[in-house]
Amino acid sequence: MNVTPDLDARFRAAALAAGLVDVRFDIVPSPVGDLFLAATSKGLCRISFTPDSAEEDVARTFGVKMLRLPLDTIRRELDEYFEGKRHTFDLALDLRVAAFNEAVLHELARVPYGRVETYGGLAAKVGRPKAARAIGTVMNRNPIPIVLPCHRIIGANGSLTGYAGGLPVKQALLDLEGATLPL
Amino acid sequence: MMQAVTSIPPFESFYCEHADPVLGYLRRLVGQQAEDVWQETFLKALRGYDRLEHGEHLRAWVFTIATRAAMDVLRGTARDDAARADVDVALLEVPDHDGFDQAAFEEIAYLTHDLPPKERAAVVLRYAYDLHYAEIAEALGSSEEAARAAASSGVRRLRRSHERDA
Repeated sequence: MNVTPDLDARFRAAALAAGLVDVRFDIVPSPVGDLFLAATSKGLCRISFTPDSAEEDVARTFGVKMLRLPLDTIRRELDEYFEGKRHTFDLALDLRVAAFNEAVLHELARVPYGRVETYGGLAAKVGRPKAARAIGTVMNRNPIPIVLPCHRIIGANGSLTGYAGGLPVKQALLDLEGATLPL
Repeated sequence: MMQAVTSIPPFESFYCEHADPVLGYLRRLVGQQAEDVWQETFLKALRGYDRLEHGEHLRAWVFTIATRAAMDVLRGTARDDAARADVDVALLEVPDHDGFDQAAFEEIAYLTHDLPPKERAAVVLRYAYDLHYAEIAEALGSSEEAARAAASSGVRRLRRSHERDA
């Protein structure tokens, strides 16, 4: 007595149409592995490289009324990015982070495609030149990697330092963008 | 130390866990109208989902919503013989999902269709789904004693009709 795909799709569409869904999410394949995507009515709120833990994590911040539904616009922009056709994203974002984190992430969003910036350099841009370590923490907790390009932030000595998706993914994104690391 | 409260899972997880068993249950109760009642059940569950205080007893909770929605349909169609015939046909279908007592289903599927709605729901919830009487009481919107009475009255009625047919 299983729910048919048709019945399942009808329920999901009805739930969405009735305005009952606080968070839509999906898990989509990408050249850097499966990505967890989530969006509220305000915009994209999470991209994660670890789909297994992301669902509950998002529920804690954005509410438990989460349903898996296609996120076509977000997915299309990401596909275009991975094909090298898109250099900037035109997506509304829903950031629920502390004020300092928000200021840093806004500045991060201005680091151009194919370029890198250091933690210290980004700290200077938000008016906290000595806060490189705090910037590292904000990058580490970036809720929307790729779209908010924390992969473009590297150590002062040119090392990649760290990345939520793992250093090979950070390297792959920089390679895709044709970024050259200062040596 | 405080006892950790079971957190409420994201609705998607709750839905994936209960969608099939609830549909099976509703097919047994309302036959061909099961899909409509099933959708109504999960829309109601989603509507109230963020007002839950913890993630315990979610199975009993969703069966409660399903039972109430089914009872409304059963009361509405009890006089309609055509609808009643549909129910009987659907009850003969064999469920194919996991975690379900096949033998109990076959007994109950054949036997419960003549029971009054409340007794039928009580018997199915108790013997096919193994819910506790407290949970069945919740589902029926009655006391635990009344739920126990409905189930045992249902079973007595089944036994009498079985003896009559034998």
